[in-house]
Amino acid sequence: MSDYETHEHDVLVIGAGGAGLRAAIEASAAGVSVGLVCKSLLGKAHTVMAEGGIAAALANVDERDNWKVHFADTMRGGQYVNNWRMAELHAKEAPDRVRDLEAWGAVFDRTKDGRILQRNFGGHKYPRLAHVGDRTGLEMIRTLQDHGIHQGIDVYMEHTILSLLKDGDRVVGAFGYERERGRFKIFRAKAIVLATGGIGRAYKITSNSWEYTGDGHSLAYDAGAELIDMEFVQFHPTGMVWPPSVSGILVTEGVRGDGGILTNKDGRRFMFDDIPASYKAQTADNEEEGWRYCQGDKNARRPPELLTRDHISRCIVREIKEGRGSPHGGVFLDISWIKQKLPNSAEYIKRKLPSMYHQFKQLADIDITEQAMEVGPTTHYIMGGVRVDPDTQISRLPGLFAAGECAAGINGANRLGGNSLSDLLVFGKRAGEFAAKFAKKNSLGKIDNDKIDITAREALAPFERAGNENPYQVQHDLQEIMQHSVGIVRNENEMKPVLERLKEFRDRANGVRVSGNREFNPGWHTALDLKNLLTVAEAITCAALERKESRGAQFREDYPNRDDALGSGGLGSARVSRAGDGVLAIADFSWAFDAQLVWHETTLQIQRKFVAARRRNHHARRVRYPGISR
Amino acid sequence: MKTATFRIWRGDAKGGEFRDYTTEVSEGMVVLDAVNQIQATQANDLACRWNCKAGKCGSCSAEVNGMPKLMCMTRMSELPLDRPITVEPMKAFPVLKDLITDVSWNFRVKKKIKKFKPRPPDALDGTWRMQQQDIDRVQEFRKCIECFLCQDVCHVLRDHQMHEQFIGPRFLIYVAALEMHPLDTENRIDELRNTQGIGYCNITKCCTKVCPENIEITDNGIIPLKERVVDDFYDPLGWIWKRLKKMLNR
Repeated sequence: MSDYETHEHDVLVIGAGGAGLRAAIEASAAGVSVGLVCKSLLGKAHTVMAEGGIAAALANVDERDNWKVHFADTMRGGQYVNNWRMAELHAKEAPDRVRDLEAWGAVFDRTKDGRILQRNFGGHKYPRLAHVGDRTGLEMIRTLQDHGIHQGIDVYMEHTILSLLKDGDRVVGAFGYERERGRFKIFRAKAIVLATGGIGRAYKITSNSWEYTGDGHSLAYDAGAELIDMEFVQFHPTGMVWPPSVSGILVTEGVRGDGGILTNKDGRRFMFDDIPASYKAQTADNEEEGWRYCQGDKNARRPPELLTRDHISRCIVREIKEGRGSPHGGVFLDISWIKQKLPNSAEYIKRKLPSMYHQFKQLADIDITEQAMEVGPTTHYIMGGVRVDPDTQISRLPGLFAAGECAAGINGANRLGGNSLSDLLVFGKRAGEFAAKFAKKNSLGKIDNDKIDITAREALAPFERAGNENPYQVQHDLQEIMQHSVGIVRNENEMKPVLERLKEFRDRANGVRVSGNREFNPGWHTALDLKNLLTVAEAITCAALERKESRGAQFREDYPNRDDALGSGGLGSARVSRAGDGVLAIADFSWAFDAQLVWHETTLQIQRKFVAARRRNHHARRVRYPGISR
Repeated sequence: MKTATFRIWRGDAKGGEFRDYTTEVSEGMVVLDAVNQIQATQANDLACRWNCKAGKCGSCSAEVNGMPKLMCMTRMSELPLDRPITVEPMKAFPVLKDLITDVSWNFRVKKKIKKFKPRPPDALDGTWRMQQQDIDRVQEFRKCIECFLCQDVCHVLRDHQMHEQFIGPRFLIYVAALEMHPLDTENRIDELRNTQGIGYCNITKCCTKVCPENIEITDNGIIPLKERVVDDFYDPLGWIWKRLKKMLNR
């Protein structure tokens, strides 16, 4: 029986970060009724933490920039397994999406002639990130929030979705609970947009908050959508390492964009020692040139500290492993050195990086205008997610759309800094637009009461169990093992046993007990989130095992080189999906989409060439992992 | 290892009590770490909000030893550990459970404030031009992370519970950010005086003192707004001039 409180909308958006809000705004602008569900209060989603800026080829600072250069940078950064169509749309539309924000009241930092200022960032050829000091994410989410609240969107704050409801193949609703009183609710909708963000909580050292438990990944997977690129987890090179209680908290790449350098305990700028061949031509080979680049010299090439995140993280790990790290197991990130170059460096740093100054002063007693910071890699972002159509963001399930971090394709094997905020805007808008279109063409579907009853019963089970497994302990142990065995450096010997361990974890998760009642009970919430964490942990591990090469964020000690057969043409992606009962299937490295990119880096010409006949390349095979996934 | 005792308020709208928890203290720890540690090991159902853990989202507002603080930015080394550290929910809002309060009033208030209305674009490509010096002040207000600590300490809300007559410091600087936005063309002065109760603020500056973003709420935001209200409604010369203009226009 399902006499639960029921809400009906044309479009239901799950998640209220940048992508969710942008989707909700677009859908409601199209004239449909929109519901927006979020786990926290409105305006607290992880977008608020984004610091550096929004990548968009506005060409306000360097007129040589245009969408093609941005596209090329994104593809190169993603090591050519990006979905090229998404990369194209993203590069073309990002400037307009930034201008939308300005029209809605965002106040970006300005150039001398009064236009939006742009800053340097890793992997971007020209200064490209529209920003507000180092609190761009706050500006973006607040602008979207303040615009959105006047659009007639119904916001359900502090609600969690437990499962998607289907009518045949079509997704027609969602079932969840409100955190405050713990009551279940049904949301019926003609179209659903997943915008739930990432999976950072699967790892011990992370910049992500409690919310990022892979909900969208897991909901989509359970409903029958495909996940791709799950092996590509981005470890941001600069998280705080000291004091221990703040380890993992992000230090923006903007520090390096504004002149910050990475050094080891001997004071050596180790990034000069290892510049990948594909970046040699555009990277400075001496310190002087790197500094000139940061000061806006258009003839200078960028310093190696602005190489891509995957590469820098590996270099940092190498320095630490080989005994050249800082006292607390990181390396040094130093912006204070610029006092040798600038007379008013302290003011400059405080103006450019106010929240970094504040964060280190308050949490670590370090004045970054005078001292170096200690940093090390932190789990930051997942490139993988729901496989979607690049133009509409619809998954393979009718009625189910995904945008932002929980969708995949734009970033390939490694995301460039700044491309996330622009991704949220570009594809959030597209998801909202096409979800509204879908909703206008379809009516509400039939609600599956059996599914609701099963979900509700499972959700309440932890209150009735006799055992004493603590949900926080299970989460903690899972984070340990993922950090240790499926982290920055991977190999088969370490990952194979993880699959076995994950089965144990599944049993432990099914045995957790929670105390207290249903009213705002974080222990219960943690217990329910475990299921999602385990699903993404499995998907990541299986995909990482399957990709027998090193590319972007995936580094395999046992396969240290890139295997071009797996990514030539830029389209090889492992797809993870559910295959019947208790089986996780990987149909691997098939062409992700029906068009192959023929792209000449030198001439920047793009051509669409259909290769439907070659849907699967010679690596295509189906791998099944019986009994892992429920 | 050092330990500390936390005296945490547990309860709901019907009532509650302080309960003591002892937990280990490691180097650099903040109050939120301790609360999360207690939650994970001793009281799984202890309710508290948090997200970013870096002072950027404004979720973990509470009163630590009686002072309104973000728990994530309050280091244990700032607090005396020889006596229990009290942690309790904000007082200006109704308690839901433990450290969580019902802050929904804030979201309702914001919705009533007239939205941003820009002038037509300056350039043909639909963009605007603004000088950095003209937006510095607005950017200061836009640093607000909506932790609502300023609302919590404002005596008009906290002691007098005038939530229906007064929008509080958070929303006064929200209005200030809109009014001082170089592109905005809306006028919000009428409501400031009539329904949003700016007159109730008697500039005790408590809000400024607790702002974790160090926004000069009173001096840079509220006082200039008060001046605009005075200019519009209480300046006798201005009043005559406006009357005159009206007559001439007739």
